[in-house]
Amino acid sequence: MILSHNQASLQSTKKRRSTVKSALKVMKYGFFDLLRSRWIIIYTLFYLVVTSGLLYFGGDANQAVLSTLNLVLLVVPLISLVLGLSYFYYTRDFIELILTQPIGRSSVFLGHFAGLALPLVAAFLLGSGLPFLLAGVRQGADWRVIASLMVAGTLVSLIFSALAFWIGLVNEERVKALGLALAVWLGLTMIYDGLLLLFSILMQAYPIERSLIILSLFNPIDLSRILVLLQLDTAALMGYTGAVFQRFFGSYLGILISLGSLILWTALPIYFGLRSFKKKNF
Amino acid sequence: MKRLLGLILVTVTAWSWGQNTLEVCSTCTFTSLKEAIAIAQPYDKILVKGGSFAEGNIVVDKPLTLEGIDNPILDGKGEVEILTITADNVTIRGFTLQNAGISHTADQAAIKTLEVEKCLIENNTLLDNFFAIYLGKTSHCQVLNNIVRAHATAEAFSGNAVHLWDCADILVKDNFLTGQRDGVYLEFVKDSLIENNISEKNLRYGLHFMYSNNNIFRNNQFLANGAGVAVMYSKNIEMTQNHFEENWGSAIYGLLLKEINDSVLYNNIFHDNSVGIYVDGANRTDISFNDFSHNGYALRILSSSMGVTIDHNNFYGNSFDVTTNANRSYNAFFENYWESYQGYDLDHNGFGDVPYRPVRLFALTVENYPQTMILMRSPLEQFMDYAERILPIFTPKAIEDDRPLMRRVVW
Repeated sequence: MILSHNQASLQSTKKRRSTVKSALKVMKYGFFDLLRSRWIIIYTLFYLVVTSGLLYFGGDANQAVLSTLNLVLLVVPLISLVLGLSYFYYTRDFIELILTQPIGRSSVFLGHFAGLALPLVAAFLLGSGLPFLLAGVRQGADWRVIASLMVAGTLVSLIFSALAFWIGLVNEERVKALGLALAVWLGLTMIYDGLLLLFSILMQAYPIERSLIILSLFNPIDLSRILVLLQLDTAALMGYTGAVFQRFFGSYLGILISLGSLILWTALPIYFGLRSFKKKNF
Repeated sequence: MKRLLGLILVTVTAWSWGQNTLEVCSTCTFTSLKEAIAIAQPYDKILVKGGSFAEGNIVVDKPLTLEGIDNPILDGKGEVEILTITADNVTIRGFTLQNAGISHTADQAAIKTLEVEKCLIENNTLLDNFFAIYLGKTSHCQVLNNIVRAHATAEAFSGNAVHLWDCADILVKDNFLTGQRDGVYLEFVKDSLIENNISEKNLRYGLHFMYSNNNIFRNNQFLANGAGVAVMYSKNIEMTQNHFEENWGSAIYGLLLKEINDSVLYNNIFHDNSVGIYVDGANRTDISFNDFSHNGYALRILSSSMGVTIDHNNFYGNSFDVTTNANRSYNAFFENYWESYQGYDLDHNGFGDVPYRPVRLFALTVENYPQTMILMRSPLEQFMDYAERILPIFTPKAIEDDRPLMRRVVW
């Protein structure tokens, strides 16, 4: 009895190891596939050119941070979604082929996701991190601002490529998936904030700072923006309202909660994607 | 020329013959400063050679020169006022004055002058005093090159570093002032020059003045003071080449102008403040050739101001450039450099062809609904400002720079 239990646990460890191993193998394929498609290189170059340009022409490193922040908030989610979706549909045949092999579905999914997400993150970090490292520090940019920007960009890349996979999995039609992805993008970048604005104006007589903080936890783009904002616009956030926000997001608990929320935002789409990937009849 | 030099020589020697020097130290003729002052004749010189003196309150009631050699210490033991000067023509030089007592009934200071004409207070170090240098009803006095340092924790238990009350023709120059309540405080002071001082980390204001006309503030640095700098109810003020930096907090300003008339602010640097300048009721005042960078709000100008001209300033890296509380404005904005200006200059004359409106729609929204601050730097903010540029309906038209500069002003 005990022996068999031990054997079972040994087997499960072995299985887990092989899951990771095969996931890594799938990731490797995805990674090189993506590199061959050249999109990721164009994406990296785009960042390199834009960030260096901003640093070179902007004159002020903090101004470049601001413009890069806009990129992180608008372009990174969009590219992650669109590239993720097209990558997903492009490699569907490959996925179906791999699934005929004796490999677990979760390792296929996770490997595949990592094969997309890691190059995206690497492209962002390389493309916009490098110019900041080379030129930004010299121009007197605050390293905390840059660090928060890099963290925000990384998390946003992860979140939106996970969302892309999930959307791709639950939609057979490409156009429909793309439409949905665009709707998600527009919703989280613009419409959600518009509703927040409306909410603040309608409820102006009430102390709604706390509710706003809670509402912002539900939007990864808002959260990443606030993470950078707290480092960048500290001077403006000194009024009563700003102080409330700062006290929450600036405290360790606040940072923990907002980072936790961002990580949850990454984990949930991966989890749902994995679930539907396991059930999906290819 | 030779005759003139000779005349000067004769005058100087004649004057110095009349002057005796009394020495005070543990082995000298005098071992007490008070004794020496009592014996001394007017215009004598008292040399204090090192040592520490705690003689209670010392009154200087005749024109004397008190000079410290080897850094003698005058200690108030946390109880008394140290030096009280009631005579004209007194010089205090080279002392360390410490622990003037805290009092809630008298403004006890390390050095106080009362109804005095002509004095010179220079090269002293003033440590942990209630008030440090206090000039009352004094004129033609110079406060030069002193170091004032204290570790105040509460406003009620701290006085000002340099406190001028009802004075005229005072020069405050090259002093370093920190840790007191206010760095420089002036009330009913006229025709004075405050120059080259550093006032930092004071509990309340770096510089604070009221009812003080015709004064010049030049090349001072006001850094990280509890409430920044507040200047009120005065006219004909000249503020040039000052630095206002790192004044942070709600209701804390790099510079607060309250009821300031007919004044000029040139070549000042406002960097990293919550609010660069908060203008509440300034009239006929020029704010020109200043640098506003990385402030929360560079310039906040309320509708109580009239005839203020804001020209040739640089605005860059601020969260908000200009905010106001009204739709109308009776102030002129022209030929400033605005980093966020997005117009063009087709005829290459250095001025943008499209007017710039520094009050942005989002700034106005935050003004009215402070909670919307949480949307700062969001794509929605960009969208709102972009929409406002195309269809300007909300932002006040009167605050408009119709000749925005394409390049930074260099001065």
